[in-house]
Amino acid sequence: MKILVAVKRVVDYAVKIRVKPDKTGVETQNVKMSMNPFCEIALEEALRIKEAGFAEEVIAVSIGPSQCVDTLRTGLAMGADRGIHVETNSSFLPLTIAKILKSLADVENPGLIFLGKQAIDDDCNQTGQMVAALLGWPQATFASKVVLDKDKNVATVDREVDGGLETLNVDLPAVITTDLRLNQPRYASLPNIMKAKSKPIKKMTVQDLKVDIKSDIEILEVTEPPKRKSGVMVSSVDELIDKLKNEAHVV
Amino acid sequence: MMMQKLRRSGELIRFGCKSLFTSRPNKNLVSRSVSGFVNHYKSKGKLFELSDGNYNTELHHPCISRNLGMLLQQYKCFGSSAASKIQRNPLFSSLDSRDVSYFKEILGEKNVIEDKERLETANTDWMHKYKGSSKLMLLPKNTQEVSQILQYCDSRRLAVVPQGGNTGLVGGSVPVFDEVIINVGLMNKVLAFDEVSGVLVCEAGCILENLATFLDTKGFIMPLDLGAKGSCHIGGNVSTNAGGLRLIRYGSLHGTVLGLEAVTANGNVLDMLGTLRKDNTGYDLKHLFIGSEGSLGIVTKVSILTQPKLSSVNLAFIACKDYLSCQKLLVEAKRNLGEILSAFEFLDNNSMDLVLNHLDGVRNPVSCSENFYILIETTGSDETNDREKLEAFLLKSLEKGLVSDGVIAQDINQASSFWRIREGITEALQKAGAVYKYDLSLPVEEIYNIVNDLRGKLGDLANVMGYGHLGDGNLHLNISAAEYNDKLLGLIEPYVYEWTSKHRGSISAEHGLGVMKANEIFYSKSPETVALMASIKKLLDPKGILNPYKVLPHSLFSH
Repeated sequence: MKILVAVKRVVDYAVKIRVKPDKTGVETQNVKMSMNPFCEIALEEALRIKEAGFAEEVIAVSIGPSQCVDTLRTGLAMGADRGIHVETNSSFLPLTIAKILKSLADVENPGLIFLGKQAIDDDCNQTGQMVAALLGWPQATFASKVVLDKDKNVATVDREVDGGLETLNVDLPAVITTDLRLNQPRYASLPNIMKAKSKPIKKMTVQDLKVDIKSDIEILEVTEPPKRKSGVMVSSVDELIDKLKNEAHVV
Repeated sequence: MMMQKLRRSGELIRFGCKSLFTSRPNKNLVSRSVSGFVNHYKSKGKLFELSDGNYNTELHHPCISRNLGMLLQQYKCFGSSAASKIQRNPLFSSLDSRDVSYFKEILGEKNVIEDKERLETANTDWMHKYKGSSKLMLLPKNTQEVSQILQYCDSRRLAVVPQGGNTGLVGGSVPVFDEVIINVGLMNKVLAFDEVSGVLVCEAGCILENLATFLDTKGFIMPLDLGAKGSCHIGGNVSTNAGGLRLIRYGSLHGTVLGLEAVTANGNVLDMLGTLRKDNTGYDLKHLFIGSEGSLGIVTKVSILTQPKLSSVNLAFIACKDYLSCQKLLVEAKRNLGEILSAFEFLDNNSMDLVLNHLDGVRNPVSCSENFYILIETTGSDETNDREKLEAFLLKSLEKGLVSDGVIAQDINQASSFWRIREGITEALQKAGAVYKYDLSLPVEEIYNIVNDLRGKLGDLANVMGYGHLGDGNLHLNISAAEYNDKLLGLIEPYVYEWTSKHRGSISAEHGLGVMKANEIFYSKSPETVALMASIKKLLDPKGILNPYKVLPHSLFSH
């Protein structure tokens, strides 16, 4: 069985996000970029499944500009067997990404597709679900535990839902999106970084995959959230009541 | 307003007269103590023996001390033999209600702290090892107020202790007895920042991390970074000449501090707040205030050269099987990563185990347990280039066998978790029980020998750990035990100091001498040098009110 893992290159989790002055998006020039943390967890889970003998190959896929190769190298250094880089300089929304992943799945025929439940840059939480729908596969989102039964060709997935855990059985092939508590991703060790250098990364374009990249969504403006006003110290209960009544209008 | 001024000058006259009277016995003291010092250093070796002898008697009978019959206050603290013998200087006045009302008049009610709880915190150091009994903490808002406070304290002969974030490790920032605490925490404004030269001018009470955050928005970084950054003040950093993690790249504060403003004991404000990189006009007096631990004056403003924030920072966590490999790796790193190398830190396996056992959520980044771990950080301007360089260097070292395993941080989160191990050692030591801390500068090849020697000497009595800034030849030697005990201390001191002295090391690389090592200065400085230091102290602080009992040996100021 092959496992396909989608990894996204995003502004590093620890970097303070700045909106571009022209409000067209988020500043990414001269900003540290890393693998989306949820994608890291997805990749880790795929690697563990392979190490447990349930899969033969883990393929990491990234879609975006040329620097996505760095993100793929990180994935290969963690242990993925090969990479696919779909190179594009446009920034795509989830539906386009899902279409690209679907057409890759048609070529590669994986038994499982792992994705992070969302990317920390746009917080869309849509791609995994869309891929499953386009492929007509079952989906298990927000996974916090994944157990495979190879004989029955079934994955048992615990998913984090409001108020507790839900356990699903999904027939393979399936799409699984990963939540924070699923695992703790490994570090890229020196011997693995060395091995990763000789692992192949296949370059493709959107045209190669014959995907319609027309988007129905137009981003009008990206703005920072309003700044929180600084608090005031009140000197008496009366003053507090007065402010609550006349300024905050809450009592 | 006029009335107030009059009253104030009246007070000054009153206490000015007093100080005239007190200055006479003081003069006698000067000559006495200096001659005492001459005797002291002439028979230096012998004196040490003597004090050892004293020490041993105290060791067997900790309650029976020579001075029991005397009605003098004695200072007792954990983990340091030297400090337990200090007596309060009887020439210092004691605080009275008039003093408090005077301070309230110049500072305002709310900045004169008599509250027990707040004083308790200010009297105790971060490790709870040193504890004073001050009855008063003052919070000046500007240089003028610091000057007024000192002028008054000098005239009244009230001893003071300057305090910043109180994160020191040698008891330098807390009172020994009842010294008035002058905390500069309210002086926390950034005064100017020049985006062309990168020179930052700020008040002494600015918290290091806040300055770093401020500079971050301008695209610059502070030239120093240390574990205590969330609490320590820049004034304290300068006064103690703090080293930290970036010294290997940006040099010590003697290089990066371009100017400062300090107030001397008599309230004189010395404006040395230059912002020039080059200024050869006369003696460069600012250096006297860098690292003198508040014993010559209180630093009130600092101008410091900051560095542009470079976009590419990479961090590797490496395992090495022996100390020799660590040394070789340092040499190779300097040669191969020279222009981008920004930190080279090491810790031994004992330190790693301690962190893993005492801190939550920490894991060993490398899969196997090794004897030594090294953090190598590079900072440069080209992410791809720097990363390839670091990878190539490490892979070469792996092939050569210098490195047995290692990981490279793939994102900032991973980098923080690696730093957490190195920076968390102090915290883990604190949780593990009693800790004896030594901060030594040694030739790099000798650094780990002292750890091994001490381990052999102490056996099962305690856990000996070595970590620190290998790139700067600075070892943090820490001895962790279940509880403080005199027998253990007797085995460690003066052994560690003698060992260091024998190898021409320094017994205080970056922590300072404080109260813990004031008497041990001779292990690293010649008697002639210390004598000159004492004359400088006398010149700038004739009555000795600034941070007394610290930095210089007590024998110089015996009463």
